[in-house]
Amino acid sequence: MSDIADRVKKIVVEHLGVEEGKITESASFIDDLGADSLDTVELVMAFEEEFGIEIPDDAAETIQTFGDAVKFITDAA
Amino acid sequence: MSTMLMSGKRGLIMGLANDKSIAWGIAKACAEHGAELAFSYQGGPLKKRVEPLAAQLGSDLLIECDVSDAASLDRVFDTLRDTWGRLDFVVHAIAYSDKTQLRGRYVDTTAENFRHSMDISVYSFTAVCQRASALMTEGGSCLTLTYYGAEKVMPHYNMMGVAKAALEASVKYLAEDLGKDGVRVNAISAGPIKTLAASGIGDFRYIMKWNEYNSPLRRNVTQEEVGKAAVYLLSDLGSGTTGENLHVDAGYHVVGMKAVDAPDIAKS
Repeated sequence: MSDIADRVKKIVVEHLGVEEGKITESASFIDDLGADSLDTVELVMAFEEEFGIEIPDDAAETIQTFGDAVKFITDAA
Repeated sequence: MSTMLMSGKRGLIMGLANDKSIAWGIAKACAEHGAELAFSYQGGPLKKRVEPLAAQLGSDLLIECDVSDAASLDRVFDTLRDTWGRLDFVVHAIAYSDKTQLRGRYVDTTAENFRHSMDISVYSFTAVCQRASALMTEGGSCLTLTYYGAEKVMPHYNMMGVAKAALEASVKYLAEDLGKDGVRVNAISAGPIKTLAASGIGDFRYIMKWNEYNSPLRRNVTQEEVGKAAVYLLSDLGSGTTGENLHVDAGYHVVGMKAVDAPDIAKS
């Protein structure tokens, strides 16, 4: 697993308090990992901070799963 | 000199969302100076965030509050009266605009968003002051948060700028009405800080960069700095100050044009 995926996973584990094993490529933050709408905004803010990138709103709305997040950050970094 | 500027003071913090909130900077500073705190929150998703933060500051007095509902506000202040008997200060860190209208043009604001934004962002502070001042039997201090977008046009701030202008005007009228009872009413106009609420504002990172390059201090401000200014307004240090809009913005509000040494920046 890539370094970016590891760092994203660490943020998700810490923020949502979920077990690492539940975070699969297709795991949806809201449907599978129990995030509420504020969590999704907070996760995006945490990704921006960790990776020093900007995730615009329209892009943020497309980040639904762990895999989406890793892909967006990999492309942006 | 004692650093416990707020020992023996009891206050309500309204509008804490998470540890990035300006309200958190204020709550921490008040607690460090010895204040005892209560928190109001709107709904379950916020409760789960506020609870652990309140606990960090030794508070377990959490009260649910929908500021658009008079009965809900009544319950908050009834609870405070039953628990504490009186109140020394209140911090109002609450605003609302439909996020889709925090970009583009103000002229396109809908009637519904205009009314809702004014109700939550402006009237709620007046409604809070009505109820809070009744409990401030030994004098008190009411504080709200505003932004320079009330005074000058800022990109994307739109409806919030209009609402904050009304909020700043209401601070002056509230200060006059409540001053006779020893209750002070002030606002802090903070520079841009990356909070959950700010994430709704278009091009926020650009706005922060611009402020960093062009404010007299050549940097942005922190929640902690807003917290320190709040301690001044909420404690007896600020006993002679009311109706004030205190800018905690690294001086940005005095600037008339781009600093000569500021780099040209492109919107990313």
